[in-house]
Amino acid sequence: MSFITFLVRRAIHSIFVVLGLSIVIFIISRIMPGDPARMAVGARAPEWVVDNLREQMHLTEPLHIQYYYWLRDALRGDFGISLVTRRPVADDIKEFFPATMELALLAGLINGAGGIILGTISAWHKDKWVDNVVRVISYLGVVTPSFIFAILFLLLFGMTLEWMPTMGRLSPSLPRPSIITGLITVDSLLAGDFAAFFDALWHLILPAVALGLGGMAQEARITRSTMSDNLTKDYIAAERSLGIPESVIMRSFLLKPSLIPTVSILGLDFAATLGNAFLVELIFNWPGISRYGINAMLRKDLNAISAVILILGVVFIVVNIMVDIIVARLDPRIQLRAGGSE
Amino acid sequence: MVPAKPLASAKRMENLRRNWYKFSRNRMSILGLFTVLLVTFLAVFAPLVAPHPEHASAFVDFANASRPPSLEYPFGTDVIGRDILSRIFFGFRFSLGMGVIVLSLVVPPGVVLGLVAGYNQGTWLDTVIMRITDIFLAVPSLVLALAICSVLTPNLFNAMLAVSLMWWPWYARLVYGLASTLRNEFFVASAETIGASKFHILFREILPNCISPIFTKMSLDMGWVIIIGSALSFVGLGVQPPRPGLGTMVSDGSRYLPEQWWISIFPSLAIVLVVLGFNLLGDGLRDMFAAEEA
Repeated sequence: MSFITFLVRRAIHSIFVVLGLSIVIFIISRIMPGDPARMAVGARAPEWVVDNLREQMHLTEPLHIQYYYWLRDALRGDFGISLVTRRPVADDIKEFFPATMELALLAGLINGAGGIILGTISAWHKDKWVDNVVRVISYLGVVTPSFIFAILFLLLFGMTLEWMPTMGRLSPSLPRPSIITGLITVDSLLAGDFAAFFDALWHLILPAVALGLGGMAQEARITRSTMSDNLTKDYIAAERSLGIPESVIMRSFLLKPSLIPTVSILGLDFAATLGNAFLVELIFNWPGISRYGINAMLRKDLNAISAVILILGVVFIVVNIMVDIIVARLDPRIQLRAGGSE
Repeated sequence: MVPAKPLASAKRMENLRRNWYKFSRNRMSILGLFTVLLVTFLAVFAPLVAPHPEHASAFVDFANASRPPSLEYPFGTDVIGRDILSRIFFGFRFSLGMGVIVLSLVVPPGVVLGLVAGYNQGTWLDTVIMRITDIFLAVPSLVLALAICSVLTPNLFNAMLAVSLMWWPWYARLVYGLASTLRNEFFVASAETIGASKFHILFREILPNCISPIFTKMSLDMGWVIIIGSALSFVGLGVQPPRPGLGTMVSDGSRYLPEQWWISIFPSLAIVLVVLGFNLLGDGLRDMFAAEEA
């Protein structure tokens, strides 16, 4: 299958997954007891207002027609009004989404880069003390939920040592750089404002590390096991016998094939990262889409909940398509499959 | 004639003995098993072993509020004077209970769907089942579980329901992969040739060959379900106060950081301990089954 066909089929498959997801979300939003129209206008509004609104929200129609209207509006980016912020949900998302992306991307970077480096060190010094230290650390990393890392870091580095800020994205004393990408670190660099850049990075580190550590430990374990398997393969022995220096073997022959499983897992781990962001953002008071989502959930703000889940689902699917492309590039033998990772 | 039954059971004993040998060679697996047994013991006998069993629920003792760890209260007391250690023992009950109930709800349907889809690979049944699992796997499980919990009344039962709804696709996926290779094995082909029923082929020929990975995954998943459960409780959508959920205790305590650090730190470590135990146990089982095949 050519690369283009693969991409097209993968995209079509993803569209079906997103459609299915939208049905699941729609069902969730309709099993909730209570009348959305009444909730939107409040308890004291007269009955005829509620009736009008019900008509307007298509709540009198059969369920599949309601779904049609809901999906049509969602595709236009219209998720209705948030009951909490009283603004269009789309505006809220635009405001909060970049903060989460900034956090998740740095966490993903820590996760991938840290995991690969640690795993490589571990495999290269297999069964030496370095390896044992890395293995114990990665085991603890895997079993510790990220919200517990967040609390431990908050207590240790934020409150006791007072090295790092404990909330928000930027110190209040600094002016926020004009919004271009929405990622403060990137925007401040584009504006050439280094003070803001370092301040934003400083705010970002604790939550990002708390979020990335679990995945990093997972990647380190996978990289270690693939790489130490590959180290015993005949082709490595053959290269050694030819007198090729270890560092060259490492760089040119060992690293690439050993990274394939790690990169595939990175894509799945991104789901865990987005999920855990819900708690980490809450703990560090990070003004992202997850904290917004959690507040919406606690107040049963259906429009906001639906939009947040749908967007996170789409992000996850896009990230996994990208991961598949990278894996295909790393492994020339791979059979490109439209169905994803089964 | 040699009676068949004692022979079979002797063989089973021998297998068990060998497996135990393989399992127990790794000290980490033993540590995992020990942790799991200890936590289970503490959870089951919490009313007997907890120093202050009456502190498990709504109990107020302002005279001893916010005490740091001491001999009488090894893990300190919370802001209304309840012993953290006792509450952790009771908290294990919710964590383990949730793990057991969720897994017993998700494993049977997940396994059956995976078997059916894998055996009928390439048919419409396969497509329908596996595309549905794709949809569920497309959203972070925690997010969808949170969403389901939020529209229902927040309590432990609904939290378990939400997590279960999210969890079966993983088993379907796992068993699907196994079944779709096993269906090409000779023993399946021969069963088909002699006209064995679909039911027999799925459950008596294919399923027994999937058991070890399923068990391994269940042990590891106990850890993950406990993490998700504590995360839901942390947000306030799981175990409801005054009941002592570990996640609930962490989130309550986090409001009194950094001065009264023990209120949230000890329950946090308790969560890590349980999850660590189940992971070590799961890894030990996996290595044991791998050694069996080698």
